[in-house]
Amino acid sequence: MIKIKTLGFIVFAFLVSAGSAWASAHAEAEYASGPAAEQSKFDPTEMIMHHIKDAHSWHLMDWNGHAVSIDLPVILWTDHGLVSFSSAEFHHDNSGKVVVDRNGMSFVNHHEKIHFAGEEHHGTLIDLSITKNVVSLFVVAILLLLLFVSTARHYKKVGSNKAPTGMAGFVEPLVLFVRDEIARVYIGPKHVDRFTPYLLTLFFFIWLNNLLGLVPFFPGGANVTGNIAVTLVLAVITFILTNVNGTKDYWAHVFWMPGVPVALRPLLAVVEFIGLFTKPFSLMIRLFANISAGHIIILSLVSLVFILETVWVSPASILLSLFISSLELLVAALQAFVFTTLSALYIGTALEDHSHDHGHEAAH
Amino acid sequence: MDLVTPGLGLIFWTTLTFLILVVLLRSLAWKPILAAVKDREASIDNALKAAHAARAEMAALQSSNEQLLKETREERERILKEAREIRDKTVSDAKATASAEASKVLEIAREQIHMEKMAAMTEVKNQVAQLAVEMSERILRAELSDAKAQAAMVDRALEDVKLN
Repeated sequence: MIKIKTLGFIVFAFLVSAGSAWASAHAEAEYASGPAAEQSKFDPTEMIMHHIKDAHSWHLMDWNGHAVSIDLPVILWTDHGLVSFSSAEFHHDNSGKVVVDRNGMSFVNHHEKIHFAGEEHHGTLIDLSITKNVVSLFVVAILLLLLFVSTARHYKKVGSNKAPTGMAGFVEPLVLFVRDEIARVYIGPKHVDRFTPYLLTLFFFIWLNNLLGLVPFFPGGANVTGNIAVTLVLAVITFILTNVNGTKDYWAHVFWMPGVPVALRPLLAVVEFIGLFTKPFSLMIRLFANISAGHIIILSLVSLVFILETVWVSPASILLSLFISSLELLVAALQAFVFTTLSALYIGTALEDHSHDHGHEAAH
Repeated sequence: MDLVTPGLGLIFWTTLTFLILVVLLRSLAWKPILAAVKDREASIDNALKAAHAARAEMAALQSSNEQLLKETREERERILKEAREIRDKTVSDAKATASAEASKVLEIAREQIHMEKMAAMTEVKNQVAQLAVEMSERILRAELSDAKAQAAMVDRALEDVKLN
């Protein structure tokens, strides 16, 4: 049942995208004056950077020299209110040449960043566009909701005293893995139930985003968890949860470490205070770097044919990218696991009750 | 540098999407799923405990059964032994009584035979005596028909008397 629903969603998304892409392809045809003339030498760095960065339209493929893409809404927060228009108005230009005029302001798209055109300056410009990554986020959110809400419904229907079947049989071991191997290991039994939902959501959100990023065609391929803004948000949420729930003991360990000579305590306080921020910072960088690196390697291998300008390298290119893709499948799960585990560890440490003896100090 | 500069828009949308996702999944998915799993774990735990209890009970029952069986066997042995003893005693008693009775009967019979024999002997003696008397009378009568014979007779009788 769920399969049919998911399939239906994908088909629907395709229909929408196809219509939009058709329109944009037509617009492109009208706009492009010299189609073949601008085709310069293939630049892999530019292609790869373009792929791993966010974009205002979802480029699906090139067809007869025209880009086939889904145009996404551009939403801009300015001093003159909210401005929104379709990214189709940029006509796939990201060199800052095409100017779009709205509300007396003109905008250009320069390397997927929206700027005011020319020298004019109108104050604030916050880009809240539904970009490729945002759409991918929505897709992941919808997939997760479909998957897990239907699983929950299965339990309501079948009752809890039967062995899990169908989707529940697939989902339950994963959920139990997060609960038993991550949440319960690092967070004390008193608090674990409060944080398990967050850790579960975090794990599956990162994992599915990682996996979807490995799918080379729509709706996959967006480098969501390899975008520093996304990992920043996740790391900040873990940071907030850690420090908001920190016990008196936790703060004592940060600012006035017990069991250490008093003279050393101010120094340790500085180190521990910096540590508060380096922990989520490492979370942010680790996920971003791992996933981006994976995308870069696969794209580089795919580009090998164009870089070396020979078709004979394609077997090596295919085999290597197959190998790295399989590795990335592992990395996708591993990084979700690592991020979730470390989040649980940080939260668990903040909640820990040190009222017992300080014998564990030696283990630190 | 562009790559490591977080975009505000994506931060906004990620925060919004992720927080909504956490809230929705928590109430619609994680809580029911975890509750169901916990329920099942509890019921499995209970079932295991019940099974252990049943096994212990079974073992206790079996041992008490065995005890009962052993007692019954002992009881049977005891009853059989008693019965055997009673039988043996009865048989031996009967034997003793019978032999005593038999010897008594034998004794009486023997005595009776003896008495009969005595009576028969006496009678035979009497008849022999009578026969002898009759014979002697006849002989005497025949012999004493003459005087000479009578005198000889007296002499012989006298001779006998003298001998006595």
